[in-house]
Amino acid sequence: MDLLNALVAFLNFVVIPAASYGAQLAVGALGVTLIFGILRFSNFAWGDTMAFGTMAVILLTWLFQSLGISIAPLPTALLALPFAILITSALLLGTDRVVYRFYRKQKAKPIILVIVSAGVMFVMNGLVRIIIGTQEQNFADGGRFLISAGDFKAWTGLAEGLAIKGTTAVTLVTALLTMAALFWFLQKTRTGKSMRAFSDNEDLALLSGINPDRVVQVTWVIAAALAVIAGTLYGLDKSFRPFIYFSLLLPIFAAAVVGGLGSPMGAVAGGFVVAFSEIIVTYAWKKVITYVVPQSWAPDSLMQLLSTDYKFAVSFSILIIVLLFMPNGLFNKGK
Amino acid sequence: MSDPFLIGAAMTGGYGATDILHDCTIAVEKGQIAVIVGPNGAGKSTAMKAVFGMLNLRGGSVRLNGEDITKLSPQDRVARGMAFVPQTHNIFTSMTVEENLEMGAFLRRDDIKATLEQVYHLFPILKTKRHQPAGELSGGQRQQVAVGRALMTQPQVLMLDEPTAGVSPIVMDELFDRIIEVARSGISILMVEQNARQALNIADKGYVLVQGANRYTDTGAALLADPDVRRSFLGG
Repeated sequence: MDLLNALVAFLNFVVIPAASYGAQLAVGALGVTLIFGILRFSNFAWGDTMAFGTMAVILLTWLFQSLGISIAPLPTALLALPFAILITSALLLGTDRVVYRFYRKQKAKPIILVIVSAGVMFVMNGLVRIIIGTQEQNFADGGRFLISAGDFKAWTGLAEGLAIKGTTAVTLVTALLTMAALFWFLQKTRTGKSMRAFSDNEDLALLSGINPDRVVQVTWVIAAALAVIAGTLYGLDKSFRPFIYFSLLLPIFAAAVVGGLGSPMGAVAGGFVVAFSEIIVTYAWKKVITYVVPQSWAPDSLMQLLSTDYKFAVSFSILIIVLLFMPNGLFNKGK
Repeated sequence: MSDPFLIGAAMTGGYGATDILHDCTIAVEKGQIAVIVGPNGAGKSTAMKAVFGMLNLRGGSVRLNGEDITKLSPQDRVARGMAFVPQTHNIFTSMTVEENLEMGAFLRRDDIKATLEQVYHLFPILKTKRHQPAGELSGGQRQQVAVGRALMTQPQVLMLDEPTAGVSPIVMDELFDRIIEVARSGISILMVEQNARQALNIADKGYVLVQGANRYTDTGAALLADPDVRRSFLGG
């Protein structure tokens, strides 16, 4: 039995990757939940909005790199974020002006807006593929490791290494700052409060003189920021491929639904629930178990519940379980 | 005789093709209380919504302080000093009491602290519960939040759609007392009420509507004394 090594292996292969992936999902789910709460529809174009924003970050990263601009050891992508957010805001505000506003004026039912957003999804998807192509892009530069497995082993003398990638640290810090800024904005500022009021009771918000057009515009800009940040963090940590971003829609929606659509706190919690579930179910536990049990009991198999190919099944299962037993989600008191 | 402060004159109209209001006139003088009563389906709430611009009028006009506001949207009427408390869904349930009041003052750019204190003075319970989500309050307290939210715009006219619906008789009396207090501060009150007798008791002017038209119009006291009104609408 070697509990310390088991713990280190568990942290290294489960907790740290899940925390990082969870933070990425949480930021993405915040955008979904915000759009649901204020614009009142599930935005199927969300994954491709993230892809577009990340593409903008990648192109700007290349531009900065060619100009020799760098903020090492931080990835250049962080420098590109604000500009990419502006570009993506313009795209979303333009889409709203051309597409969504028409249906809003008609007071279209949410389901119609969902279908419309599926149309927007295909257009954005095509746009991204035309501009940057379908192949994989790696755009992470800057420091590779904050703590490398080798250094960790040398310091502690343990057999297991604990590595913290630079992108993991960047993900956690950026996601934390993003969430803090968003919650501060929604709770403390006049505009943020007016958005919550609009989400709570649209008619009364109008009677209070809250300008619905402004609420909608601010929502799209914030959504753009969240899409770009979530997409970039995911891309830095793994890599960028338009198709992968499209399929991120599932875990992100699962996260937003778990927490309760429309609830920002729920989106954050949901992001981590989905990420930890996915990784716990698809991780090969052989190593950790071998450390914990007596030697003769050590398993021969990988002790993996599901192959990583099935990771989306986890999101699906969570989605179905939540919708069956807690349709309002963990953080919604239900209306 | 000059116009009343707020008048919906000879209003005709409805939500769809059929008219609900027929040549209906509702008015309120500065600092007075006008009450609209009548049987179910008489168009009481509709008359109030018509005055506030929430339905299209085919005929008649709405004038505030001598100015024709018939074409203004409800939001524009809020900016002109009219405040409306809907019968239901009249608070932001997920927001705190204080945030509800702040949202009421959304259009104002000046310091709202004094008005906030006035509302807390009028409804002391709201001050003690100001950091609680409004959705967690009792029915009567919610109505106080709703009225308080409307007062935050510093309106000249306060319009209330059945403010005492679903609250206990004690809370109702209390709420009526507060409404009288609001009127005394110079704000005109136009109110629709189910509890006709109690409402006419505090009314300077009463309008009995039947099928979208004025049936009786007089002072509150005179309507209460009128044997016809008593027999038909006040249960003897």
